[in-house]
Amino acid sequence: MSDGNQGGINLKVVGSRPVRPDGVDKVTGRAQFGADFHLPGMLTGRIKRSPHAHARILKIDASAALALPGVKAVVTSSDFASDATGEIEAGEGHAAIQEIAANCLAKGRVLYQGHAVAAVAATQPEIADEALELIEVTYEVLPHVIDVEAAMAADAPVLHEDMFTKGVTPKPAHASNVAAKHVMGRGDVAAAFNAADLIVEGRYETAAVHQGYIEPHACVASWGADGQSTIWCSSQGQFVIRAMVAKILNMPLSDIKVIPAEIGGGFGGKTTVYLEPVALALSRKCGRPVKIVMSREEVFLASGPTSGAVIDVRLAVRKDGRITGAELTLKYQAGAFQGSPVNLGLMTAFACYDVEALALTGYDVVSNRPKVAAYRAPGAPMAAFAVESAIDDLATRLGMDPIDLRILNAVRDGAKTVYGATVKHAALVETLEAIKASPHYQAPVAKGCARGVAAGFWFNVGGESSAAVHVDEDGGVTVVSSNPDIGGSRASMAMMAAETLGLPIERVRCTVADTTSIGYSGVTGGSRVTFATGMAVVEAAQKVVADLKRRAAATWECDVAMVEWKDGAATCTDPSKDVKPLSIKALAGKSAKTGGPIAAEVSLNAQGAAAGYGVHVCDLQIDAETGRSMVTRYTAAQDVGRAIHPAYVEGQLQGGAAQGIGWALNEEYVYGKSGLLENAGFLDYRMPVASDLPMIDTILVEAKPNPRHPYGAKGVGEVPIVPPLAAVGNAVSRIVGRRMSSLPLSPAKVLAAMGK
Amino acid sequence: MSRTVVNAMVNGEPVEFLAGGGQSLLDALRDELRLTGSKEGCGTGDCGACSVIVDGRLVCACLMLAPEAEGKRIETIEGLADNGHLHPLQHQFLEQAALQCGFCTPGLLMAAKALLDRNPDPTESEVRYWLAGNICRCTGYDKVVRAVMDAAADLRQSERPR
Amino acid sequence: MTSIAARVADFTGGLCTFEVDARTVRSLLRELEARFPGLGEHVEQEMSLAIDGEIFQDALGAEIGAESEIVLIPKIAGG
Repeated sequence: MSDGNQGGINLKVVGSRPVRPDGVDKVTGRAQFGADFHLPGMLTGRIKRSPHAHARILKIDASAALALPGVKAVVTSSDFASDATGEIEAGEGHAAIQEIAANCLAKGRVLYQGHAVAAVAATQPEIADEALELIEVTYEVLPHVIDVEAAMAADAPVLHEDMFTKGVTPKPAHASNVAAKHVMGRGDVAAAFNAADLIVEGRYETAAVHQGYIEPHACVASWGADGQSTIWCSSQGQFVIRAMVAKILNMPLSDIKVIPAEIGGGFGGKTTVYLEPVALALSRKCGRPVKIVMSREEVFLASGPTSGAVIDVRLAVRKDGRITGAELTLKYQAGAFQGSPVNLGLMTAFACYDVEALALTGYDVVSNRPKVAAYRAPGAPMAAFAVESAIDDLATRLGMDPIDLRILNAVRDGAKTVYGATVKHAALVETLEAIKASPHYQAPVAKGCARGVAAGFWFNVGGESSAAVHVDEDGGVTVVSSNPDIGGSRASMAMMAAETLGLPIERVRCTVADTTSIGYSGVTGGSRVTFATGMAVVEAAQKVVADLKRRAAATWECDVAMVEWKDGAATCTDPSKDVKPLSIKALAGKSAKTGGPIAAEVSLNAQGAAAGYGVHVCDLQIDAETGRSMVTRYTAAQDVGRAIHPAYVEGQLQGGAAQGIGWALNEEYVYGKSGLLENAGFLDYRMPVASDLPMIDTILVEAKPNPRHPYGAKGVGEVPIVPPLAAVGNAVSRIVGRRMSSLPLSPAKVLAAMGK
Repeated sequence: MSRTVVNAMVNGEPVEFLAGGGQSLLDALRDELRLTGSKEGCGTGDCGACSVIVDGRLVCACLMLAPEAEGKRIETIEGLADNGHLHPLQHQFLEQAALQCGFCTPGLLMAAKALLDRNPDPTESEVRYWLAGNICRCTGYDKVVRAVMDAAADLRQSERPR
Repeated sequence: MTSIAARVADFTGGLCTFEVDARTVRSLLRELEARFPGLGEHVEQEMSLAIDGEIFQDALGAEIGAESEIVLIPKIAGG
């Protein structure tokens, strides 16, 4: 045990609910988001997009556009580096840089409606709009395919001639839309099914859904004559944006400075680039800053979403309710380029349960849809929808309480996951018990309503992070974070520093630095910031405490071992010294005389992230005339390790639940016969609004703090979107009287199932 | 592109700006007056991030043409705090952590103000239906609704005759 | 050493479980590359591993015991 108040005893700041340091800016309209920047001489950029689901680009003629007064530059994919290679850490996994580039500006073919083809920069928005019309693109329209199983068919139009299914031995003879087949498993599944007293099976479908952040993608890019460039943008990671832009435009990293704007929601969808390399390529061509902001329609057409899926599940069960084996097949849409989160679906599907024999197969399938982007617990909600629905069917058939059935099968510490990790510090059983004991679950189901429960899992990750702690001359502290603050992380960073330094939270402020002002950090994603960047903050604060103690010891001319740090001050434990404590303020005021400025920066690669588990219970009723489902009561419980700022942890649970409820009931990408999206707007892509939801009660289960984090934190952001799909689906199925297996459970579907 | 001169009162101050015929009030606020607190989330009046109050009425600034602002009294998020003193709504949003990313927050605050201006004691259901035009993707609305209800109580308390 | 990732089989010719003599992740990757050209680099770039049940990402220095069980897994990120 080193400096700081580790171990969770007598925490003064951690666990309290202070106002976030950036709060006032965000309630007064002063916070600067992606579209709020303005530079002198700035041009407006616009993007020309494909009107077809699939077509070959025969010719792009920009001569008329370039002749329009006020038009300063036009770019196409030929303005990107053709020799850029390598892989980039992005969202739910690595993505080949050529594919990211080809998604930003199409190369040879457009692969979905809205696929970017060219871009223009002009002095006025109206001129840019007019110029877009003047860019003439000649297409040869190709047959398209939208749905995942249709895309897997032998006669489906193939999107990529060089796509030969990976993970199949020997290598397939023909190109197909199946980018990869993933297989995982263990044990003797056939034997489990032969010995089973009961077999539960089902086929499930989920629709592609969008992250739905309210802030459209936006950036300003400014290229300098010597190549040094600056990008202001809203993203989940300034360093990842820098890496992608540098590769796509073949620039050294040090020539690109990315300044993170405030981010208006991301949920995984802002872990990649769409606009930034295009804006910088335009700026490079005309030497002026270029701003590009997506419209909402463009956000729907060309960013996000996450995979729609088709899922088959089978459970082998003993008559006492113990699940002994399972088979699962996941077919996930990847969009136009490979890289659906299907492998994460396989890894998470049974992560809540101790099942001996598993046979899991996943297919990553391309089709003429926008390339999927990470979305909160990527890949997990769809798989959990199938598994948690099947377990609900099992509870019904056994006549067992659905919570008791889950407790019977729940993973406990020491259990082995299918992907090789051993379960540690897991509080799934405690979370199930917390739901069982909750006022909600204890209350009888209201007349006309039904209740559904479901569990969910997410890994949470650590990874590379940096943070600095600066002690100001008056004893106040600035924390420099390397991660965009997407939901209150400035508060949790400042709190962890304050706790370690023994200061009141008001004496600690937190800022988010650009790529030139702090060491590298991965994205704000994977539920990693409070864990990994928080660890860097605490270690930096601990270094500062050690420095302060050293300076106090020098002042008192005593051994540093005789100095203790408590409540923001050094005290001397040497009985021979009659000295008063030295506060951080006193030490900071004399810093010039004791060695200079007091500051520390820590960069690390955090290992030891602990997984999280959630259990949700949903009551709802259905309007018999319209088929509309109304959630009447909802409770979300979660294994959170220790909540640093409980209000923002509750907010993660509530927001994740609301997104999951939308996924279950309303949201979907609707395509017409011509492969065009029919609902690319908020009116028709109906996300939950305030009148659609009740209060969402939360239970933070702190039974198992993560000992690998200084204050016990586990990631919390992603788990809560995993259970709601099945929690809602199980309640709807109970009212309808049969298993509802295809999301969304829209009024029309529900009415049809009720025979109306 | 012909532009017209528009005179209006914004947050109690007279302003004059040039507006294109097809320009929205939102674009005029953001691009001409540099009041970027009002946000564009959709441009079609569905998300409410651009909510402002015009002559006492809540409107989506993206749906109103800038020249229509002539002679109007416009309240935006930049005018909600009074000389640096936060409005009770702003105070409660902070206290209750009713924002995560903060992008929809200006619109939600203006919509909530318009509600409390006409109904100082709304029920939870009234708050939820009034705010149904303001989409928040982060919070699930729980803390937002609580903050608005508590701000209403704060306002009633402060306005009660002593 | 086992793997649950389909792509590993592409490098190993279908082999899923095998013994490797290595004391650190760095030497493990070197060994994999020597036995199955391309696999070491693939694992370093695109995969994580679980050593005796604990997940390590980008941790070349992590130690491996003589009897350790290692599972190659897809890199885990998130939203």
